[in-house]
Amino acid sequence: MNVWLVLPVLIPMLTGIVTLLWQRPRGLQRWASVVGATSLLVTALGLLARVWHEGILTTQLGNWPPPYGIILVADLLSAIMVTLTGVIGLACALYALASLDPARERFGYHSLYHFLLMGVCGAFLTGDLFNLYVWFEVMLMASFVLLALGGERGQMTGAIKYVTLNLLSTALFLTALGLLYGVAGTLNMADLARKIAALDEPQPLGVVTTLAMLFLAAFGIKAAAFPLFFWLPASYHTPPVVVTAVFAGLLTKVGMYALIRLFTLIFVHDVGYTHTLILIIAGLTMVTGVLGAVAQYEFRRLLSFHIISQIGYLLMGLGLFSPLALAGAVFFTFHVSVAKTALFLVSGVTERLRGTYDLKDLGGLYRTHPGLAVLFLISAMSLAGMPPLSGFFAKLSLVQAGLALGQYSIVAVALGVSLLTLFSMLKIWNEAFWKSPPLPTLMPGEEGSGGQDARLSLRLLPIGLLATVSIALGLGAGPLFALALRAGEQLLNPAAYIQAVLGGVG
Amino acid sequence: MELALAVVVGGLYAAGVYMLLRRTLVKLLIGLALLGNGANLLIFTAAGLTRGQPPIVPAHATAPPSAVADPLPQALILTAIVIGFAVLAFALVLAYRVYKTVGLVDLDQIRESDP
Repeated sequence: MNVWLVLPVLIPMLTGIVTLLWQRPRGLQRWASVVGATSLLVTALGLLARVWHEGILTTQLGNWPPPYGIILVADLLSAIMVTLTGVIGLACALYALASLDPARERFGYHSLYHFLLMGVCGAFLTGDLFNLYVWFEVMLMASFVLLALGGERGQMTGAIKYVTLNLLSTALFLTALGLLYGVAGTLNMADLARKIAALDEPQPLGVVTTLAMLFLAAFGIKAAAFPLFFWLPASYHTPPVVVTAVFAGLLTKVGMYALIRLFTLIFVHDVGYTHTLILIIAGLTMVTGVLGAVAQYEFRRLLSFHIISQIGYLLMGLGLFSPLALAGAVFFTFHVSVAKTALFLVSGVTERLRGTYDLKDLGGLYRTHPGLAVLFLISAMSLAGMPPLSGFFAKLSLVQAGLALGQYSIVAVALGVSLLTLFSMLKIWNEAFWKSPPLPTLMPGEEGSGGQDARLSLRLLPIGLLATVSIALGLGAGPLFALALRAGEQLLNPAAYIQAVLGGVG
Repeated sequence: MELALAVVVGGLYAAGVYMLLRRTLVKLLIGLALLGNGANLLIFTAAGLTRGQPPIVPAHATAPPSAVADPLPQALILTAIVIGFAVLAFALVLAYRVYKTVGLVDLDQIRESDP
């Protein structure tokens, strides 16, 4: 039993249990949350180092050999995504210390948060499709409750849409799973890859393509692809901003991870059809997301539309289906989660300082809080793709991959959307930071006691950490992209995955 | 037998989608429940049906006889039923809270958070 694979699931579970049992003193709950998030990050980095040195790691749960038992598998993509979970988990746990109201804390926010992290890590590490369904449901239940916790009016209306569409996605996923079991007789990912590669009559292959489309629909809803993303801008801006930040950084990326895993490992027999369709969806997602963002004046809704637009880039990486494109998609996932979470946390701080999320009522933050303005600029310019920040290298690799394959239209769309992203980031900068504030609406006493300053610094700390990660990703893009490139090559080599999972069985 | 079950599964999906598109929140939840049950029955049918044989290896045997029912889809369905039940319970409480907070159950009028 390789303990490195089990720890990323075990640590958040234990933290969730501890924060559920030890409700008082409150300080203990908060510190348990931060310690749990830190140990998850450390474990994730350890796992990444192990996978880098030793190749794909597997462990059999209950010592049942695959394909009969459930296995946990860590290849480079999984390890990178678990590291991302650690980074986002720590940042949002720190922000929650400063921003969360006592009522939500009393009703179990911290334990729900860690159960969410557990579901996310489990989804990244599992090697069995039905186990993926179970981890998705764990993550989804925790997210339902986090979204609704607090019972405000906006949360309730947002929650209906979120719950309905995600449950629809679950039903589609189950449908596809049942039919896939009927076709292949197994749900272990490596065994499925082997069995489907061995099919050669056209009739079951047609069914397999149909199932691929069903999975695309199911995970497309979760990953917020076009035209299935309308639940996201209707629900993401309603809960407290720390919850939105976690959702933005992790949940759509788990859907994207599932798509990447399925369409590089299992459904690779008809790349001309499936991946071209994914490319078309990518282009439409990018465009509709950014056009939706350009029209918004509410800070969080604008950022929610940007989540959708950036998912389009990840779909583009998957659709191009070359090592450079997949490496670009992996690097882009890490960069965009970090940047998006930082931007949402910045919006939380502006709300704390000015009492509103409406861009028309904000202003003058550059003069009063230049540190916050710098942090916003780093994350926003990273998202827009300015060198030397991480977004530039992520978008550059995707564009280069597209040009190398001759897919000029998607590259043109990607570059145009990048320009519009820059435009809307500048709009936020102008409205919230640069222009003078309109007639004073309400200014909760922000020049205040040392207590206020301490809480503000505690809110700025995780944003600073995320901005540092963004800068490090950009300045260290050479070696880090080499890691992503190795992950991309591993993804395009299903034989190595199958060998690691099934070949090692005696 | 598979044909009859396939028709039933199709009917469940159709009823589920029809109810999902209704105006009332409670009908929406009924639709989600029907869809979940349809998916469960689909897993059962798609895996192949065996009449009258429990998915159990007989005593003192090391391998199942050839005609035994497949236990794996039954395990999958049980898991899915439990998860569906928990999610439905949450959705029902959510619907109640929506009614108490917003005062409406007509989905066409619950539009505040829409972009």
